[in-house]
Amino acid sequence: MRAPSRRAFLRGSAAAVAGTVAGAAAAQQPDPLITEVQTWASATGEGVDATPYGLPIEFEKDVVRRNVPWLTADPISSINFTPIHALDGTITPQGCAFERHHSGAIELRKEDYRLMINGLVDTPLVFTYADLERFPRENHVYFCECAANTGMEWAGAQLNGVQFTHGMIHNMEYSGVPLRTLLEEAGLEAAGDLADKWIYVEGADASSNGRSIPMEKALDDVLVAFKANGEALRMEHGYPVRLVVPGWEGNMWVKWLRRIEVLDGPVESREETSKYTDVLEDGTARKWTWVMDAKSVITSPSPQAPITHGPGALVITGLAWSGHGRITRVDVSKDGGITWETARLGTTQGDSKALTRFYLDTEWAGEEWLLQARAMDDTGYVQPTKAQLRAMRGENSIYHNNCIQTWHVKANGEAENVEVS
Amino acid sequence: SPVLADGYGLGRPALPEEIAAWDIDVRPGGQGLPEGRGDVFTGEEVFADYCASCHGDFAEGVDNWPVLAGGFDTLGDKDPVKTVGSYWPHLSTVWDYVNRSMPFGSAQTLEADEVYAIVAYILYSNDLVDDEFELSHENFAEFEMYNADGFIVDDRAETEYPQWRVAPCMQDCKESVEITMRASVLDVTPDQGEDEAAM
Repeated sequence: MRAPSRRAFLRGSAAAVAGTVAGAAAAQQPDPLITEVQTWASATGEGVDATPYGLPIEFEKDVVRRNVPWLTADPISSINFTPIHALDGTITPQGCAFERHHSGAIELRKEDYRLMINGLVDTPLVFTYADLERFPRENHVYFCECAANTGMEWAGAQLNGVQFTHGMIHNMEYSGVPLRTLLEEAGLEAAGDLADKWIYVEGADASSNGRSIPMEKALDDVLVAFKANGEALRMEHGYPVRLVVPGWEGNMWVKWLRRIEVLDGPVESREETSKYTDVLEDGTARKWTWVMDAKSVITSPSPQAPITHGPGALVITGLAWSGHGRITRVDVSKDGGITWETARLGTTQGDSKALTRFYLDTEWAGEEWLLQARAMDDTGYVQPTKAQLRAMRGENSIYHNNCIQTWHVKANGEAENVEVS
Repeated sequence: SPVLADGYGLGRPALPEEIAAWDIDVRPGGQGLPEGRGDVFTGEEVFADYCASCHGDFAEGVDNWPVLAGGFDTLGDKDPVKTVGSYWPHLSTVWDYVNRSMPFGSAQTLEADEVYAIVAYILYSNDLVDDEFELSHENFAEFEMYNADGFIVDDRAETEYPQWRVAPCMQDCKESVEITMRASVLDVTPDQGEDEAAM
């Protein structure tokens, strides 16, 4: 075969750059990537035996989780962030879906896995992993958003990238057994009136991450999941079994789930007293703020996804979600909230309590923009501004910051995390 | 395993020893506490051995590790200091969490009496008890935390949702817009390398 010459390659690169600057201008000379036979069009690629389980191509190596070392004292009890600036659609690839551990990601074999149900049940039970796979199964797509997502932004614009400001989230298709099925297997006659009953769920890891959940939610749509996006859960996401708590703060999605206890009251564990309580301006704090309210963010353009193609056609895209139900509409503003236009929802939108993709197919003339997105859900809730949230809660809630985000798009196409009046 | 009425016949009954091994949660009324006791003096020694390297000799915290003591009456300040003393509503949570998940990296290695002693020392570090204090399963439920009344149940449905479930403005929503804060001023975003967009 004839390899392209270095001179031809450089000529091709120059033409590509010129094309970028000139937008849709006609090519001045033939493109060697077309006129010269390329290696991949002549030699062979990798065999089917090269990669039993593949990773993304090397050119996508920037699409990875990132962490912010100064956020926590130690990387074992810490957080990392999903690269949502580079993703599209709604399903999060498991390999770059964010992690939050309180005592690290543990390795728990299916053979060593046990799930106990005890407390106010007719028969306390122990299940093996194999037992769980014999119950009738369901599939559902839900978002898991950390309660602290966007939490660093309460007091101001701080982190310059949507991965960092909004990336404590992932969205997967789960397969598992309704929690209701397992509770009924143990029998709830002993619990009596279920209206005032609770469950306490805990993980097999050292932190335990115990949380109390009212029985009404437990019997509604909570899932005991063992598959995500078609395959087993990743170790860092709770392998082999985690709790899926649709619409509710990620902390309650207990990983490496080992025990479910039926109780006549909440445990008021560390993760629902010291943490995951929201201090208000007067110093009192809200507890049991379980639901994640409607929220959205533009993922591109954004600080990590600047406009590089010059003026002309531009796709503004982002994500919207609500713990109350379905996203019904997303509006986009280019002028910091003075005027709004309604975006187009992606075709896979509509799952309740799941990520929804939106697009605004538009034109950019090279002007400065103050880009915002505003989500609405099927309860009529409209995503608030940060000023509205602060007026209600002050700046020290840490959790549940679902404010409208602003990106300042500059004339050179770069974008910056800003706050506006 | 036996087939259970109206079930799938999956799983097997949990044995009392198994439930006792895993069901160790302690609730605000003290339900779940094992018998035992520990005083401040003992707690100071145990705390020095197992806890002080991260939490400090006086529970004041080392580096970025959690501060366990102090911060009283700061919850309404610009920078609240939320500690066991200033913020935690229930003593049961302290006992439960220390017993279950501390020390960080070697959890579930403490004896019940050691946990009682550590909790007594944390209370002493918060000036909530004197140095003669002994905590036990018998006097546990009598103790009331400083911020016991500091919490309200989620009230967003009453305080927030009604005012935000209204048709939003689409045109001429405000007269002007100014940038009031920029992330680049703080410059605390991790470096992502040259191959990504300059920030």
